[in-house]
Amino acid sequence: MDFSFTKEQEELREEFDVFFKEEMKNAPPKWGKGGLESIYATDEGFEFHKYMAKKLGEKGWISRAWPKEYGGQAVPLIEQFIFNEVRGYYGAPGIDGFGVGMFAPTLMVGANEEQKNRLLPPIARGEVFYCQGWSEPDAGSDLASLSTTAIRDGDYYVVNGHKTWTSGAHKADHMFLLARTDPDSTRSRGLSVFNVVMDYPGIEIRPLLFMDNKHVYNEVYFKDVRIPAKDLIGKENEGWALTRQTMNFERSGGGGFLSAKKSVFDIIDYVKSTRRDGKLLSENPVVRQKLAKLYIGTEVGQALAYRINYEQEKGGLIFAASAASESKVFGTELAQRVANYATEIMGLYGQLAPSKWAPLDGEMIDGYQFAPAANIYAGSNEIQRNLIAWVGLNLPRFK
Amino acid sequence: MNLDFTSEQEMLRKSVAEFLAKECPFETVKEIEESDEGYLPKLWKKMAELGWMEVYFPEAYGGYSDPFMDVMIIMEEMGKAAYPSPFFSTVILCGLILTEGGTEDQKNALLPKIANGKLIMALAQYEEEASYQPTGIRMPAELSGDQYVLNGTKMFVTDANIADKLIVAADVKDAGITLFLVDAKDPGITCTKMPAIGMDNTCEVIFKDVKVSKDDVVGNPGRGWEILERMFPKAIIAKCAEMMGSCKVSIDMTASYAKERVQYGKPIGGFQAIQHYMANMQLGYDTSINYLYKVAWMADEGMDVTKEVSALKAQVNEQYKYISERGVQIHGGVGTTREFNIALFYRRAKAAEYVLGDTDYHYEKLAQALGM
Ligand SMILES: Cc1cc2nc3c(=O)[nH]c(=O)nc-3n(C[C@H](O)[C@H](O)[C@H](O)COP(=O)(O)OP(=O)(O)OC[C@H]3O[C@@H](n4cnc5c(N)ncnc54)[C@H](O)[C@@H]3O)c2cc1C
Repeated sequence: MDFSFTKEQEELREEFDVFFKEEMKNAPPKWGKGGLESIYATDEGFEFHKYMAKKLGEKGWISRAWPKEYGGQAVPLIEQFIFNEVRGYYGAPGIDGFGVGMFAPTLMVGANEEQKNRLLPPIARGEVFYCQGWSEPDAGSDLASLSTTAIRDGDYYVVNGHKTWTSGAHKADHMFLLARTDPDSTRSRGLSVFNVVMDYPGIEIRPLLFMDNKHVYNEVYFKDVRIPAKDLIGKENEGWALTRQTMNFERSGGGGFLSAKKSVFDIIDYVKSTRRDGKLLSENPVVRQKLAKLYIGTEVGQALAYRINYEQEKGGLIFAASAASESKVFGTELAQRVANYATEIMGLYGQLAPSKWAPLDGEMIDGYQFAPAANIYAGSNEIQRNLIAWVGLNLPRFK
Repeated sequence: MNLDFTSEQEMLRKSVAEFLAKECPFETVKEIEESDEGYLPKLWKKMAELGWMEVYFPEAYGGYSDPFMDVMIIMEEMGKAAYPSPFFSTVILCGLILTEGGTEDQKNALLPKIANGKLIMALAQYEEEASYQPTGIRMPAELSGDQYVLNGTKMFVTDANIADKLIVAADVKDAGITLFLVDAKDPGITCTKMPAIGMDNTCEVIFKDVKVSKDDVVGNPGRGWEILERMFPKAIIAKCAEMMGSCKVSIDMTASYAKERVQYGKPIGGFQAIQHYMANMQLGYDTSINYLYKVAWMADEGMDVTKEVSALKAQVNEQYKYISERGVQIHGGVGTTREFNIALFYRRAKAAEYVLGDTDYHYEKLAQALGM
């Protein structure tokens, strides 16, 4: 066994590191950790996201791991993993989690040549931004029960329905939509995937405010929206199988542990420079133990992420599927512990939102509010635990 | 043993609950949170008319001399409504300081005004270091003629932005920690509301050459910490009561959501994962609430509850966070929105954690009280 990176990989990490360190100097004030709120809650945030996407596109870094035929360089997954780690460490935007992370790989496995040639290059150039049109008020964990319809009418599909939670829909150019093309079907049969341009007539976007009153998420209403039939991705009524693949792309992130580690280091700097009751916080054994526990979380989480990446590269997807669920559960709950411990360690200051008074720019209390959301989206942690038990451990599944 | 509330207490609970249900539904709570004042003067007046401010104040100063248990009941119901008001700052923190440590003149002058809803007060204890200890109070009060002069910064002063009077803890040379009654509108005072997860009135208050008459020392110079220590136990009980009320509604609203919300053709409350969370929430609630009642009873009996209030606050801090956090999780995505009410409690649980000592502070105090 050998856990080390090659010399080339180390050099690559260094190259990414230099780039992001430099570029992050351009981040708007109160940028945060680079999550959905950093990107979508303010205009400056989204402008910075676009700026970075363009830079990354020019460098060819968005599509490095893509096959050569779609303009990529077909680099091994591990290089993309390193890229994501470094980007996570700096909280840098520029990679559209929906377009680049989810829809581009879906197109590669499910779209026809015309669609790939038309839709992939703008994603690779960092010019087109996507949102994810899956969830509905009555279809959350049980996505297959969705009721938005897309009915064929000549060269068009006519869409009616109500999507919810659509992150960044108010900024996005396109949506990948999952809708029911066979109105008589139930559950996973009769669903199809579409590429939707967000300024089609009949699309109405309303803010869905988060608990901290920020506008990041949306309700999207479709009223007789006409989508050209050429934007059906894959076969009609076979969208569920394709969407299952999109879900796998969504869950196989894995670069987040270095971001958590960065937070731990930030908190360590804070406790080493903050005095309370005549002592540095770092001298307090309770504080020391909390930070030690968090650090262990980032270490073991990262080790698991390496394993998943390695197995995916080898094609051992059976292991990787359940392990990707483990990584999602562990990563999100670790982020929650980081935010909770950090805001405990800060004492009274822990409650302060981003402002001149808040330690670490208030990132920790923002994280404290975002953490439960991450436990819920991209397949809730309950659903992930079900999968770990059913797929990973082969435990019986009751109907 | 008799673990029942009296019928008067049940009636009090019912009337507070009905009043808040009618006057301050969650939509109003959110409007209040988004306002600069952070409270509704109209409701404050009405509460005063209903006689809830002076429940525990001694009869000699126009109160009812009721047991503190009654205040606990009011706070529990306010917690259920997530009702934002200066009740805790004014009636509990400052009211207890005055009843425990004020001079006759101060009690005669101020308690009836609080009772009438004409006086809002805030306690300025913490400073930039954010210590809960007496050593954290360093702001100097210098004697000059027959006045004291205050200079410095107080942090996390809840409701300072709407207060008429502040009680300020400062350090007097050779005497020690002293509490001062200060006019909140003094031109030497600059008050700024800080943005916080509780969306409440936590403020930074800067004092520049603020002059205070000797008559406005609460009790005597140097007695400040002693008075605060007499206030803490009951104030902690009151805060914990509010937090437990919030736990109760969090459980109730989550249980009813879990019964209604259908996924995979079944109410999510039927999934065992969800049932186990809910069972844990209920366990956290039942253990804590009965302990709260016991400690409140002990305090009313005049027993020493130093140990118990630390145990209580640490326990309630943890359970309130757990219950509201699982409440959000069980709600799924909607639980994290401004629209659904469970997130109100998730945010407020974090804010409440810091009030009168956080969890680790109380673990340590308890360890000391246990002879370690
Ligand atoms: C911040 C945020 C951003 C999001 N962004 C997007 C987006 O851009 N696009 C999009 O389409 N969607 C998005 N979502 C929606 C997300 O995918 C859903 O919230 C998620 O699928 C859960 O669905 P739900 O919220 O309806 O919860 P529900 O499915 O109603 O679940 C409620 C609770 O029941 C539990 N539960 C459900 N089924 C089971 C079971 N079988 N066993 C045990 N427990 C169960 C859940 O784990 C949860 O705790 C986002 C959500 C959030 C919170």
